[in-house]
Amino acid sequence: MNPMIPNPYIIQKVKKETQDVFTVELIPAEGEQKFSFGAGQFNMLYIFGTGEVPISISGDPNKSDVLIHTTRTVGTVTKAMSKLKTGDTIGVRGPYGSTWPVKEAIGNDVVIIAGGIGLAPLRTVIYEILRERESYGRIAILYGTRTPEDILFKRELEKLKSRLDLDVQVTVDRAARGWNGNVGVVTTLIPRARFDPKNTTAMICGPEIMMKYSISELMKSGLSAEKIFLSMERNMKCGVGFCGHCQYGPEFICKDGPVFSYKKIKHLFGKREI
Amino acid sequence: MKILIRSNFDLLLEALRKNNYKTIGPTVRDGAIVYDEINSTSDLPIGWTDKQDAGNYRLEKRNDDALFGYVVGPQSWKKFLNPPVYKLWQADKRGHNFEIIPEKIEETKYAFIGVRPCELNAIFIQDKVFTSGEYVNKNYKLRRDNAFIVAVNCVESGGTCFCVSMNTGPKAEKGFDISLTEIVKDGHHNFLIETGSEKGEKILSEIPHRTAVQNEIDSGNELINNAAATMGRVLDTSNIKNLLLNNLDHPQWDKVAERCLSCANCTMVCPTCFCTTIEDTTDLTGEHAERWQKWDSCFTIDFSYIHGGSIRNSVKSRYRQWMTHKLATWHDQFGSSGCVGCGRCITWCPVGIDITEEVRAIKESSK
Ligand SMILES: Cc1cc2nc3c(=O)[nH]c(=O)nc-3n(C[C@H](O)[C@H](O)[C@H](O)COP(=O)(O)OP(=O)(O)OC[C@H]3O[C@@H](n4cnc5c(N)ncnc54)[C@H](O)[C@@H]3O)c2cc1C
Ligand code: SF4
Ligand code: SF4
Ligand code: FES
Repeated sequence: MNPMIPNPYIIQKVKKETQDVFTVELIPAEGEQKFSFGAGQFNMLYIFGTGEVPISISGDPNKSDVLIHTTRTVGTVTKAMSKLKTGDTIGVRGPYGSTWPVKEAIGNDVVIIAGGIGLAPLRTVIYEILRERESYGRIAILYGTRTPEDILFKRELEKLKSRLDLDVQVTVDRAARGWNGNVGVVTTLIPRARFDPKNTTAMICGPEIMMKYSISELMKSGLSAEKIFLSMERNMKCGVGFCGHCQYGPEFICKDGPVFSYKKIKHLFGKREI
Repeated sequence: MKILIRSNFDLLLEALRKNNYKTIGPTVRDGAIVYDEINSTSDLPIGWTDKQDAGNYRLEKRNDDALFGYVVGPQSWKKFLNPPVYKLWQADKRGHNFEIIPEKIEETKYAFIGVRPCELNAIFIQDKVFTSGEYVNKNYKLRRDNAFIVAVNCVESGGTCFCVSMNTGPKAEKGFDISLTEIVKDGHHNFLIETGSEKGEKILSEIPHRTAVQNEIDSGNELINNAAATMGRVLDTSNIKNLLLNNLDHPQWDKVAERCLSCANCTMVCPTCFCTTIEDTTDLTGEHAERWQKWDSCFTIDFSYIHGGSIRNSVKSRYRQWMTHKLATWHDQFGSSGCVGCGRCITWCPVGIDITEEVRAIKESSK
């Protein structure tokens, strides 16, 4: 199979999540092929005539009959994608990239820290660890977004919040009338979360600056660099190591990442213009 | 070791064509030696040589009729193995949906005539990039598997060459089908010929040749040794990876950025640079879309664009990406340097920036 050729998928369902985020559910245009992927992997999605962009898979890795992506509208291609309707076709290449350390975290406390659209790739981890809840210690899900209207997967989060075996915290940058939850950046939630720093795996996805402060907060509470994982973002044209665009020092984010242990990229992380 | 005499050189080209190869080789065009289809020896740059220095390239007449009496021009074989522009596929609208029709990969069998040892090493490096990982670049692989390589050892070195420093020349050690060493001496004009594959042996068996005598072999070695001894440039590669990666904030990057025009010439002429971008187009009816792949360069602003702005905005950071990739991170990615010492980036830089000088400047100030 030629990795540069997209496969047509049909949109089965579109869901508007917030004013600028939407979720599409896709099924293969032909055949019944299953789409198996690991939590944290992404696809290159092609919108007819407009272009192709890397988007993480946000669905349940154990449900391989439907492919789910959650996208924020920011520019040309994502805007075109947001206009598609049920029955339209999207070209799919993937799944590509590394996965979150879901298996490696077994037996540990888990801290999931998401900023904005970063919750989409981390939702796959939530599905995975809840399926085997008893294999993990304490689980904290810390999520920060701009305003209460921007909260993604609101229903699901509410359900999770009501569970006694999870610590789910949501914070917003700017509160609105009627919001009586946390206000402030997501890093303020870290010191309040309960976990054993000697035995915790943290997974972070969000803007680089947010990841940077989250890492320093986690390290302050005693986590070591090899137990902190983050998902990196760079320009991507191929997704398979040919185009060179996603290089980050020695790493190709498309094939060595997007998920890295902080230990692996520590020497680069936060350095300007790398 | 065998001998092919100059007057039989055309028979080599003919034998290749008879075996369905398209013969590609050096030829003079617009004041430079470029690679293109050649039909006979007369298309080769007979009696020409190239004078090269930082920011400087000029053809001159030789005082003999050597066929390969130049070093390297602005182009490299990547032009054929990974073409500068090509169509990957097209998509046609079918109602609400569309169908993707992959572009048929062109099955041309190329015979590359006159591959320099450094260039051969550059091809090995691109093989690693495109065919050694989990995913294989099918277009590249097909062209590469079909290619026939006639390497030509260097008997003279150019003003910007440093293959000896990079351990990539001036003699081709492996990976060729046929290798030649051109000897113009005492009124004789011959090629020492070696085969490196069964394909090569087959072709050799189809052309007249004789066994080389010892003093012909000695002459060839002497010429190659002489080329090695007269390299135009030297690059000290000891500990180079750490040297560069430990000096990401060195003031030399600011200095070079004052001169660098960020024109991307160095990446276009470099035989190992592999970066590409894609272009998606539609026709006026909106019913038909195409995807084209094009060479790209880390010197462009768009290269590192993500929503909100480019990662590498300054010229400094782009030059640093280029040089640290070539000489440092390439080792992590592909187990070798990304530079083969061909000197093209030095010659074709409009302001004469010299990679060997830049390394030296960082090295000397970090002692
Ligand atoms: C591994 C990975 C996973 C991602 N997962 C998601 C996700 O789940 N949901 C989501 O909403 N977004 C995700 N993104 C970001 C998303 O790819 C960009 O928002 C998108 O490419 C913007 O394209 P555009 O044409 O709308 O924007 P424009 O600003 O018009 O961008 C033009 C072009 O630049 C490139 N580009 C721009 N921004 C990015 C970027 N951030 N990353 C890579 N290339 C970019 C693309 O080629 C794009 O077509 C992910 C990015 C990466 C690298
Ligand atoms: S970096 Fe310069 S000298 Fe090295 S292979 Fe590329 S063009 Fe040749
Ligand atoms: S130097 Fe730049 S253009 Fe060349 S391979 Fe590296 S990133 Fe790509
Ligand atoms: S996206 Fe092309 S090399 Fe990583």
